[in-house]
Amino acid sequence: MHDDIKDSLLKKSRATRSEQRGRIISLTCTAIIVLIVISIFYFVASKGLATFFSNKVNVWDFLSKSIWNPGSTDSHGSPQAGALPMIIGSFGVTLLSAIIATPFAIATAIFMTEISPNKGYKILQPVTELLVGIPSVVYGFIGLSVVVPFVRHTFGGTGFGILAGTFVLFVMILPTVTSMSVDALRAVPRYYREASLALGATRWQTIYKVVLRSATPGLATAVIFGMSRAFGEALAVQMVIGNAVLLPHNLISPASTLTSVLTMGMGNTVMGSAANNALWSLALLLLLMSLVFNLLINKIAKRGRI
Amino acid sequence: MLKKRILMLLGLFILVGTLTACQSGSNNGRSITAVGSSALQPLVEAVGENYASAHSGNFINVQGGGTGTGLSQIQEGAVDIGNSDLYAEQKKGINAKKLVDHKVAVVGITPVINKQLAIKNLTKKQLIGIFTGDITNWQQVGGPDRTIVVINRAQGSGTRSTFERWALNGQSSLQAQEQDSTGMVRQIVASTPGAISYMAFAYVDKTIKTVNVDNIQPTNKNVETNRWPIWSYEHMYTRGQPKGLTKDFIDYMMSDSVQEKVVGKLGYIPMSQMKTTRTLNDELHITK
Repeated sequence: MHDDIKDSLLKKSRATRSEQRGRIISLTCTAIIVLIVISIFYFVASKGLATFFSNKVNVWDFLSKSIWNPGSTDSHGSPQAGALPMIIGSFGVTLLSAIIATPFAIATAIFMTEISPNKGYKILQPVTELLVGIPSVVYGFIGLSVVVPFVRHTFGGTGFGILAGTFVLFVMILPTVTSMSVDALRAVPRYYREASLALGATRWQTIYKVVLRSATPGLATAVIFGMSRAFGEALAVQMVIGNAVLLPHNLISPASTLTSVLTMGMGNTVMGSAANNALWSLALLLLLMSLVFNLLINKIAKRGRI
Repeated sequence: MLKKRILMLLGLFILVGTLTACQSGSNNGRSITAVGSSALQPLVEAVGENYASAHSGNFINVQGGGTGTGLSQIQEGAVDIGNSDLYAEQKKGINAKKLVDHKVAVVGITPVINKQLAIKNLTKKQLIGIFTGDITNWQQVGGPDRTIVVINRAQGSGTRSTFERWALNGQSSLQAQEQDSTGMVRQIVASTPGAISYMAFAYVDKTIKTVNVDNIQPTNKNVETNRWPIWSYEHMYTRGQPKGLTKDFIDYMMSDSVQEKVVGKLGYIPMSQMKTTRTLNDELHITK
């Protein structure tokens, strides 16, 4: 006996089946992404930790000493892998460029959202998008041929150093910070502004006391995003910072960053050697730092929600 | 609707399959990969192209990556030829016993300075002083009152190793600015007053100037007789004796026509012109 209704009730419908299929596909994709992330972490960590376990470099020495010559050994027989100059260089350019970029970015964002939402937005939006799209080698090249001579003539020295790196990174992170600040300011509810204006506040008072205050978590996220971009930038910085593994005396003496030493050294070392492992340790440090930046962003976002 | 999609998906798979199959199918010729030294890369690329156009169906893939990459890749057997500026024995972490050395050319390396500096000659002692940080002002070597800006190649670079070995008598250069390519070094020396660095002859152009060392000019002729001692062999390493296309290509590289016409034209010194040989232990033999 054939019962159509019973069949259709007991069998999976077409919609169910396509949903199942969709779920399998998205689960597989997620699993693959997770697997890739885990294996990257594992790979970098296994290589990077080898410096400390098989090459016997003291972790504290790695973080606090300033002689970087992992190809040769010191008096104790362990490779000279002191990463302090790079750590200082990386944090130096990151913090300085964020400090310079933040006022510009927030001012631009206020102009685009509060002061001139139509005209300002129409002009500035494409400009920031364009800045994002410029490849970093172009920034580096402009830095090398414009910023470095400018720094040399104005401040002395060779022109290569943290200051030149800061200028280049400032332009590079400006669009990121700006567009995220715009989003943060837009997320402030309209009735906040209306209430503030109704209480008799001027436009400036509204922006300063209401809009900026309530958008603070979003703005902080924007700045940290910019910082994590600055921290990870390799090529453009490498072209203007001078790549000298020395503790910087001042902002115009040649310095180096974690990324610049990493990219320069990789091709000249042999996989598995102490010099190569030391470079992986730098990579591990970079990875951990980007993790820290992400955690910070998460934390701020959570606090903003409450 | 659903069937259509499945058909499309299937079609995509078939397309991808045929495309990849096509690639391996049309490759009925042979192909090898050479990886490593960026100093040797232009030569291998040029000779590889010549070889491929003369022997259709054969492909030579040439990649840079640096001497370290070349040696470690050939040691692992991931590539067919590993290009290197150094003897494999001189690189830490490489077991040279497995590798076979083919010296294909010689490269001379010269100190270069910014064009504004009125300095023509440096003694070896002065050169060592400059690169180890004892001499910090050009005044100390008869130049203008200007701080010396030393620009190094990256640690472990073949050019730097050769320069330190032969120009600085084995002393290592002070920590200073480092650049990972000769092109960048040239641009920075050209634009930075008081700068000094070093590079292969082939890269020297009008934007910078070379210096004589102990009154000997950095010329190919002086390299050939070893009067100018700052030079190195360019090596192509194979894992075991070369076979098949690898052997053919290296033979082609060493052939008189390539050595005479291509090698010299690109700024390298052909092996056949060398009047001396230098062993791994730096012993010198006069051959002609």
